[in-house]
Amino acid sequence: MKNRENYRKERIDRCIKARSDDIYALSSYKEMWYLIFPRVVPIIGIAILAYFLPLYWKKVVITTCIFAMLAVSWDFLSSCGLLSLGQALFFGIGSYTAGCLNHYFHFPIYLTIPIATICGGFISTILLLPVIRLRGIYFAMVTLILPLMLARGIEATHVFGGNEGITGLSPFPNVWVELTFIIAGMWAALFALRRFISSDYGLIFVSIRDNDRATMASGINIYAFKAQALFIGSSICAFCGAFMTHLYMFTGIPVFTMEFSILPIAASAIGGIGTLAGPLLGAFILVPLSEILREFGSLRVVFYGLVLVVCVVALPEGIFHYLSRKYNEMERWVRLE
Amino acid sequence: MFVYGLINSAVLALMALGFNLTFGISGIANFAYGAIYVVAGFITWAFINHLNLPYAVSAILTIIIIGIFGALVYKFIIKRIRGLVISEVIATFGISIILLELLRFIGLIGFKYSLPVFIDGSVEILGVYVDIQRLFIIGLGILVIISLYVFTHHTKTGLAFRGIAQEEHTSLSLGINPDRIASLSMGMGSALGAFAAIVILPLGTITVDSGYDVLINALSVCIVGGLGSTFGVIIASFIIGYTQTITAMYLAPHWTMIVSLFAILVILVIKPSGLLGHQKELEERV
Repeated sequence: MKNRENYRKERIDRCIKARSDDIYALSSYKEMWYLIFPRVVPIIGIAILAYFLPLYWKKVVITTCIFAMLAVSWDFLSSCGLLSLGQALFFGIGSYTAGCLNHYFHFPIYLTIPIATICGGFISTILLLPVIRLRGIYFAMVTLILPLMLARGIEATHVFGGNEGITGLSPFPNVWVELTFIIAGMWAALFALRRFISSDYGLIFVSIRDNDRATMASGINIYAFKAQALFIGSSICAFCGAFMTHLYMFTGIPVFTMEFSILPIAASAIGGIGTLAGPLLGAFILVPLSEILREFGSLRVVFYGLVLVVCVVALPEGIFHYLSRKYNEMERWVRLE
Repeated sequence: MFVYGLINSAVLALMALGFNLTFGISGIANFAYGAIYVVAGFITWAFINHLNLPYAVSAILTIIIIGIFGALVYKFIIKRIRGLVISEVIATFGISIILLELLRFIGLIGFKYSLPVFIDGSVEILGVYVDIQRLFIIGLGILVIISLYVFTHHTKTGLAFRGIAQEEHTSLSLGINPDRIASLSMGMGSALGAFAAIVILPLGTITVDSGYDVLINALSVCIVGGLGSTFGVIIASFIIGYTQTITAMYLAPHWTMIVSLFAILVILVIKPSGLLGHQKELEERV
């Protein structure tokens, strides 16, 4: 780059962006395509990839989708001002709920997953209700501690199978059902949350993150809204937990491991916090990459850590923000006046 | 039981002081603290066994190296994201993962990785035989607390430390460079962690997993006592230390971690700033 001392970079929305924001979007195929392209291509791309890959990589896609959903839910919680370091808590509660329902009450799979989704979200919300007043790092510490404590509690009291966990749960009929189910769930969660957060109702959640006291001053009961956000976010995680339980036909202490808390955060940090689609992108980069790196053993985790630190320090906005800027805006150098 | 409770409390206090110093001064929750503790143990071990340095020299060298490392981490990583709580936590946690899992990858597992005790032998106190090393822990714990108190109340740098802890912008206008002081506090916090490692680790072997346990213990003591309050740390380490010892005696050893986690939870729910915390009430909850 040549000397740009007397210049500044100017960014303007592309003409087509300005047009397609409006009713004119419907007037030409070009604008319609401009809007549809970034949404349809990933959907079709992932579907094609998932259905035509060999079996091993199909499983990888399933895991990726689970982590992507966890990441999306993390991002949703963080855009409501609830910084969570323990997605494993929600995940584990969902997983144990589904596992227990299936094992002790012999509920079929199409009942356990919906029940675990709702109940898991409910239990998590009740658990965290006493600390909903906490902010930032203090809330984060509680969510970091709770899954550790639950895991140690199960270890010590030997409830729900203790150390061995519950095995022999009912599986899905076949891999195609698994794939379709989780991919559909992932896209549903993403688009529903994106729409939700940009609605007038969702605006309140964002305003709680931006300035909670000002939101209170506007006469809004922020605790009720935080509880709702918690319920939505944890339900999604609980769904993932229930799905994973039936996928591996197993639930146990491993569902509370750090990986389920860290990977979503890593994915969000890479993809771009606050966009919901960014964390999904991040998960689709991180999980397959870590699968490739599997032969390196625990060096894989080192790699996560490295990616986290580098991304947080060097690329704070994330990949998705960068891509969307390139797609929607044009840049040019302007001479300083 | 009385003696072992006392020792356990001193161990906890030593572990927590470094974390507490960094958080109390600069507001950075150093999640890499447990990793630093373990790394310090391994560095000392390497100095003694590979370079054949005498124990005292290698211990001092380790403390200095870790201190510099902490300051460098602040200068190159934390400084750029200072004030963004999410990013700070992610970055320090990332560093912690890198250090610990790298050590695990290199394969430092086994009984040969342990530090020698200062003086071998044991004495009888109140009818219990106690290793001299454990007495050292108590003595050095008291020494560190006293010297920290003198440092923060009677030296210029120490006063600057307390200055930026209270009001960063005002201290800036009084000619204190917050970045320099914060990096110093991070360095000193890490050095204290290394010191704790060198004093405590001779009691057992150095394991990678103990890094996470140390972090949880330090966190629980700091939260219960009040983040940023040295006196609170002492009281909290006594409370948690004795509770852990009593639980280990009358229930079972694997309940001890649950006790400290439960202590954190209760304190966070009732009074997030801890028993003696002076943090600003509005910053922690609404």
